[in-house]
Amino acid sequence: MPTQTAGQHSSTRESVDTAKLSTHNLGMVFHRGGETISVLEKINLAVADGEFVCLLGPSGCGKSTLLNTMAGFLSPTSGEVRVDNQIVQGPDPRRIFVFQERGVFPWLTVEGNIAFGLANLTREERERRIAHYVQMVGLQGFEKAYPSELSGGMKQRLEVARALAVNPDMLLLDEPFGALDSITRLTMRQELLRIWQTERKTIVFVTHDIDEAVQLADRVVVMSARPASIQQIVTIDIPHPRDISSARYLELRDGIFAQIGLAHKI
Amino acid sequence: MRSLQAPRRWEKFLWPAVAFALLLAAWHFAVIWTGTKVLPSPLEVKKGLAELLQEHVLWNDIQDSLRRVAIGFGLAALLGIPLGLTLGWYPAANRVVNPAIQILRPISPIAWIPVAILFLGVGDHAATSLIFLGAFFPIVVSCVDGVNNVPSVFRRAGRNFGLTPLQLLGRVVFPAALPQIIVGLRIAFGIAWLVVVAAEMVAVDSGLGYLIIDSRNSGKRYDLVVAAMLLIGIIGLGLDFLFRGLERAKSVRWGFRHES
Repeated sequence: MPTQTAGQHSSTRESVDTAKLSTHNLGMVFHRGGETISVLEKINLAVADGEFVCLLGPSGCGKSTLLNTMAGFLSPTSGEVRVDNQIVQGPDPRRIFVFQERGVFPWLTVEGNIAFGLANLTREERERRIAHYVQMVGLQGFEKAYPSELSGGMKQRLEVARALAVNPDMLLLDEPFGALDSITRLTMRQELLRIWQTERKTIVFVTHDIDEAVQLADRVVVMSARPASIQQIVTIDIPHPRDISSARYLELRDGIFAQIGLAHKI
Repeated sequence: MRSLQAPRRWEKFLWPAVAFALLLAAWHFAVIWTGTKVLPSPLEVKKGLAELLQEHVLWNDIQDSLRRVAIGFGLAALLGIPLGLTLGWYPAANRVVNPAIQILRPISPIAWIPVAILFLGVGDHAATSLIFLGAFFPIVVSCVDGVNNVPSVFRRAGRNFGLTPLQLLGRVVFPAALPQIIVGLRIAFGIAWLVVVAAEMVAVDSGLGYLIIDSRNSGKRYDLVVAAMLLIGIIGLGLDFLFRGLERAKSVRWGFRHES
């Protein structure tokens, strides 16, 4: 059962051809010391242009592996990933991966990091973009600072700014706020939503945090434990800004809790 | 708990100075109490040092030693860094060359002296080639390790931004490996400074190493021997200090832990 229809609607077959990003019977098998481990099985998913999709699943279920195949860092052992209906062969600046570990370059300043993918632009255009994205992620005054002088949240914002500066179609975020404290994480979610609403990038966001997924996503793709397959796709039909104590929010969240098999009582 | 407090500014200089003074005192009294005629006391060494400083030949010796180190170490860095980066970048090439490097690496540069003199004769070339040999392998190995230790996140990020392999090497792998390369250079420079003294004792007739052996041979001037030894220590410390300054450069500072 690769794709089940949830209470709401899910990705439909017709939308696959027009999708920004789609996976087709994607499977991934790793060989480790004579053992064969199946990580992903028959993943069929279509993401529309400008959509915000969260991949949600338990730790180690293979959702990061799936995101890596979408980025082109890994090739699937079966099936394929298509972007704009073309098979993904490798990484591409049109879809930038934002890393779980801190991916900013510690030997470059804030400016240097943001300018990293802008070598081909004219000086004026480069400086215009640096200023624009420094502003957007709120790092004014830190242009000449090195990452070691920044807090965790600032480093993560810097990485998002570096990604956005090359004007990609798509951002692939791998548990980007996982290492941050809970208050910073909340503000980062707000900022990401604000950026998404102004820039209208397609976003695929990997998380194991159910609340995070329901707060951010248009659709939440719930994945099973290994070998991961798509268990359910839940459409979050609450407009932004979302009231996280509304009945609808709690209903959707609890539905996902139940789907994952967790009673929401501690 | 005083040990948990940051030492005050004057304490940072006071205690090392006290330790140094105690060492000098121990030396001084050891010479007096044993009544040795061979080893000089600190005061005699001070006189010897003054004598050396007045003769212009000392400056020539220092200059010659520094020149040999600069040439030998410079060549080692110039050839070793590109080779190390290449071997780190192409693991297949490294597998081929690595066994040979690992066999050559532990051979003391001193052991090469007869071979160096055989091929290059007594003279500057023999000395600089020994320094080169001493510095070359640590530099190569630190570059290979540096490249291998670059986190895959950085490589992936670089590839994601559309860099060609050569750009990836220049803009991601090299700067990411640079802290470790600098450590390798510093170690190699320390070795070069050790080797130059040994090489000058056998292969040439100038330099600080020659000054030591010459002071002994011409009149058993052990005050001059010890004075030259001290100079070698002080100059080595000064040069190491310069390398430490390099580690504080902002673009590599992230790779080091600094107390202050």
